[in-house]
Amino acid sequence: MTSRIALPDLLAGIFVLGFGLVGFWQAGAIPVSPLYAQIGPKAVPYAVASGMTVLGGLLVLGALRGGWSASLADVVEAGPPNMRALGLLGAGLLANLVLIGPAGFSIAASAQFVLVAAAFGSRSMARDLLIALPLTLLVWFLFVQGLGVNIGAGLLEGLVLRLLGREVL
Amino acid sequence: MEAINGLALGFSHALTLTNLGWALTGCFLGTAVGVLPGIGPALTIALLLPITFQVSATGAFILFCGVFYGAMYGGSTTSILLNAPGESGSIITALEGAKMARNGRAGPALATAAIGSFVAGVVGTLGIAFLGPVIVDFALVLGPAEYFCLMVLCFVTVSAVLGGSALRGLVSLFFGLTLGLIGIDLQTGQPRMTFGLPELYDGINVVLVAVALFAVAEALHMAWRYHGGAPVVLPVGKLTLSRTDLKRSFWPWMRGAGLGFPFGVLPAGGTEMPTMLSYYTERKLVAPQHAHEFGTTGAIEGVAGPEAANNAAAAGILVPMLTLGLPTSATAAIMLSAFQSYGIQPGPLLFETQAVLVWTLIASLFVANVMLVVLNLPLVGLWVKILKIPTPQLYAGILVFATIGTYGISNSIVDLVLLYIIGTIGMFMRRFDFPVAPVVIGMILGPMAEQALRQALTISQGDWSVFITRPGSLAILVVAVLALVGPRIYGAWRRRGA
Repeated sequence: MTSRIALPDLLAGIFVLGFGLVGFWQAGAIPVSPLYAQIGPKAVPYAVASGMTVLGGLLVLGALRGGWSASLADVVEAGPPNMRALGLLGAGLLANLVLIGPAGFSIAASAQFVLVAAAFGSRSMARDLLIALPLTLLVWFLFVQGLGVNIGAGLLEGLVLRLLGREVL
Repeated sequence: MEAINGLALGFSHALTLTNLGWALTGCFLGTAVGVLPGIGPALTIALLLPITFQVSATGAFILFCGVFYGAMYGGSTTSILLNAPGESGSIITALEGAKMARNGRAGPALATAAIGSFVAGVVGTLGIAFLGPVIVDFALVLGPAEYFCLMVLCFVTVSAVLGGSALRGLVSLFFGLTLGLIGIDLQTGQPRMTFGLPELYDGINVVLVAVALFAVAEALHMAWRYHGGAPVVLPVGKLTLSRTDLKRSFWPWMRGAGLGFPFGVLPAGGTEMPTMLSYYTERKLVAPQHAHEFGTTGAIEGVAGPEAANNAAAAGILVPMLTLGLPTSATAAIMLSAFQSYGIQPGPLLFETQAVLVWTLIASLFVANVMLVVLNLPLVGLWVKILKIPTPQLYAGILVFATIGTYGISNSIVDLVLLYIIGTIGMFMRRFDFPVAPVVIGMILGPMAEQALRQALTISQGDWSVFITRPGSLAILVVAVLALVGPRIYGAWRRRGA
């Protein structure tokens, strides 16, 4: 084991520590209950926040003593991070988030499908779109009609329902 | 015998056309997701939770258990043909199985895995039927104090005993506990840990967390480390088990099943330990003329034993879930939340109040095992085709279903934002080797533990000593402490001795 400080591990430890401290802040913000109870609503949140803070502290200490990442085979053998893939995937998630409200499920999910497939190296966006649109419309139909779970109707869904002669939701 | 009567009752319900249909659907779906790298039973059941609004509880749980068992069968196909274990329980199967496949013996490896899974599944399910009522009798005398201690034991074993590091396992557990605290406190009506956001008053949905950790995090982590290249699927060849192979497989199946089931029943819920133990046992007990096959051309004993152990342990996990309401794996935790959405409280009373449901479920597990052998042996070609779905479209599809599972909960953008935040945290958890299962277990079991704690203290009028003066709870706490510090003390003692 080396005694060098492991920066990524230190950041992970600090994140956990911060998570614990935010837990303390939120536990302190819980209003005291007017109801009588042997153990109120604040006790367990404080206990959990303390646990998280102590564990975060231990991770920080471990990171200062060399950390644990160096002993993980996955990390040692990994190549450079693929920022292009990660970026495209992130763009896909963002597109879904922005589009699902105004444009409906099928369009949003298809946009996401195409971008995610591109992130993993798919070369033909047109083909992916041809897979995505029927797939998303089909699952939308299954969920809404079969299970009664509304997953966001929009332009395309309305069109399909009108073609089927049904009322638009 | 309670078990015989129960099984008779169960089979009379399980063999109806509807319930057979649910079992077949579950087995089919389960095998498919078990075969596909990147998705597992926990995620699949989480995504199927909306059916609890439409389908009877019995039908839904038959479906879920079919998925649960099916994923075990499917997982072995992937580890043998792809040398890529989909989940921790099939890591050992990949050791010898992939070597056999590389030497043109994929057929016998798949056959011994499927039949071994069947043998272990039947042994394990018999175990549930006969052991369940016994544990229920014992569990009925447990009070809230003992329950709280049992849950603490469960927390310790799932986070600190299994996996690479106790510290990182505990961090995952506490992350889950924190997520479980978010929302309105059920006893006093106070909002907790909500940052004042009304969207969080109902708490964070467990489906959202499961989808974030198992689908979004997995996809993000894959992308981060992605360097192209399709995995190589080894050819299957002839799916037969010769007389010699059968003879060599038989005792490993039995020993694996016998080893796996008790491990599943213990509130540690791991499949790693029994599969590993089974592997070393078979390696020791193998006939001398086959010993050289271990680690070289692949020994069939090394597939038969661990695969049986894996399935028997998985069946065993259902025992604490059905009898005590304690989930010890992520999949069991999700199933527990399905019980809750039906307003059913799993626990000792389940066998009485929901006798038909419980016994139909157990009978369906037998049915599922038969179906799975049929699905997995003659239809293996179909699963090999599924294995060949290219990575880009596979992950794109998984994320479409992730959106459905999350957005379907309440059509809220906030949920999607939360999904991506927790997914990003999950990606870093992968990178830094934090296990994700304790998060889900902590989130489901945490609120139950808090309730038990507060009940116990209300009964004792605020006297904390109740946890150490009641012999039952003291004994469980001692075991929990031993499980947490025992391995470390033993390690330190051995280092000093060496």
